Amino acid sequence: MVNTKVTLSGITLDNPIIPASGTFGFGYEFADLYDINILGSISCKGTTKEPRFGNPTPRIAECTNGLINSVGLQNPGIDKVMSEELPKLSEVYKKPVIANISGFSVDEYAYTCEKINSHEQVGIIEVNISCPNVHNGGMSFGTNADSAFEVTKAVKAVTTKPVYIKLSPNVTDIAEIAKACEAAGADGISLINTLMGMRIDLKTRKPVIANKMGGFSGPAIFPVAVRMVYQVYDAVKIPIIGMGGVSSARDVIEMMLAGASAVQVGAANLVDPYACKTIIEELPQVMEQFGINSLEEIIGGSH
Amino acid sequence: MYQGIYSVVSNIKIAKDVYKMILSGETSSITAPGQFVNIKLDGYYLRRPISICDYDDSTITLIYKVVGQGTELMSKLEAYDKLDVLVGLGNGFDVSESGDSPLLIGGGVGVPPLYNLCKKLIKKGAKPSVVLGFNTAEEVFAAEEFEKLGAKVFVTTVDGSIGTKGFVTDAFPLVGDYSYFYTCGPLPMFKAVYNATSTSGQFSFEERMGCGFGACMGCSCKTKYGNKRICKDGPVLVKEEIIW
Repeated sequence: MVNTKVTLSGITLDNPIIPASGTFGFGYEFADLYDINILGSISCKGTTKEPRFGNPTPRIAECTNGLINSVGLQNPGIDKVMSEELPKLSEVYKKPVIANISGFSVDEYAYTCEKINSHEQVGIIEVNISCPNVHNGGMSFGTNADSAFEVTKAVKAVTTKPVYIKLSPNVTDIAEIAKACEAAGADGISLINTLMGMRIDLKTRKPVIANKMGGFSGPAIFPVAVRMVYQVYDAVKIPIIGMGGVSSARDVIEMMLAGASAVQVGAANLVDPYACKTIIEELPQVMEQFGINSLEEIIGGSH
Repeated sequence: MYQGIYSVVSNIKIAKDVYKMILSGETSSITAPGQFVNIKLDGYYLRRPISICDYDDSTITLIYKVVGQGTELMSKLEAYDKLDVLVGLGNGFDVSESGDSPLLIGGGVGVPPLYNLCKKLIKKGAKPSVVLGFNTAEEVFAAEEFEKLGAKVFVTTVDGSIGTKGFVTDAFPLVGDYSYFYTCGPLPMFKAVYNATSTSGQFSFEERMGCGFGACMGCSCKTKYGNKRICKDGPVLVKEEIIW
């Protein structure tokens, strides 16, 4: 019997599989399809201080082995997330969850994190400083080591729970940003968010997406994600949640060999609503195939 | 929602760029006319959402238009080919609101989901009138099938090559009184229908989707009743909630 358990900042997960923020809503709708308690955890839909509709449609463009989205952090705002969404999730999911937080100023990040900190089911706060789809916020904090440091510091000052900073791949030196977050007290790093991308419609000769550009995700970006997780693993001592195109149990193992302690599955959920369930079910046999007794033993195993 | 492997029974061209595909497999997840399926095609990352034209205990009929590379590939599928399909998506039309003499208004490739709706309305004793709008005669499909169900059918074409010349709304004077309406078609037609109709009604919307089952928020729209996802809270919205 293989051991799929992993630990993130003292929280033990039955397995490392976590649906990624923005691809699984607040989870409870997937409970109609299967028992979501098999999931290692759930990274909830990105939450901001105020409710947001997000960007105009079309927000989706198909790509070879992936898609571009420009949803733009649509969410009902922190108050409704706490009063309506998380209670609905609590009814059907009994494990600690990851709250994903975004903001448009350092104060807003701190405000939202301080509020979500009080929710007992939140095990980890994932701070998104890498959304490519909002202006004057999100990614602008994650593409500069000083502002990444500043947001991390502000959030750590108002929370008692482990803080994981979600990084953008749209940077020159991912290791430098990760180090800044670690220096500011981050408990872990999540990476990668989406890559900036664009598609143009040949018939209309205009961008497919109303907002012109968006975040590219899916299997096509998996090698970029593996590379960046590998680089960040070398640069910091705190745990990494690896993500970016993960679609199979083999991808999970590869991501962990690069240095991830847990793995998020994003775009795959949108094509196959049972993607996480399938990966969890396949994991033990793929571990056996590659002679892995315990997943914890392989973290960073390629270095 | 149900995910399964479906077998192509037939796939034939019925009008210019328009094909009719019959799939066999599980249909118990379909709960209302106007719902849709989401089809995985080899070589394409995202699924193709297609409205359900008709269904019975073991088959689903789809009528779709070739609009891009994905639907072009779909048009080349043959009997016994297998497809990974998500079935029973969306809210669908609510037949309980119809009254005795509902009006069904379809434009182009928006016509198919009205077929099973028409069937259900007739089954419950209503007497539907159906207005079907197309650009030109060679694009017309399904008119005879609606007549066979027992509906009163009015066809319009923009170029006047068959039926009433003009848009669907140009046939409204011929229809007479109606108790309620249901419509599916392109946005300009929707706006014309919205303004030309005298009763309440239901509109089935189309939007570029990511997942098709409510997870990604790719197809959100604003309504008077709050933000809705076209794929999960729609595709059918009632007239009173629509914000243009």
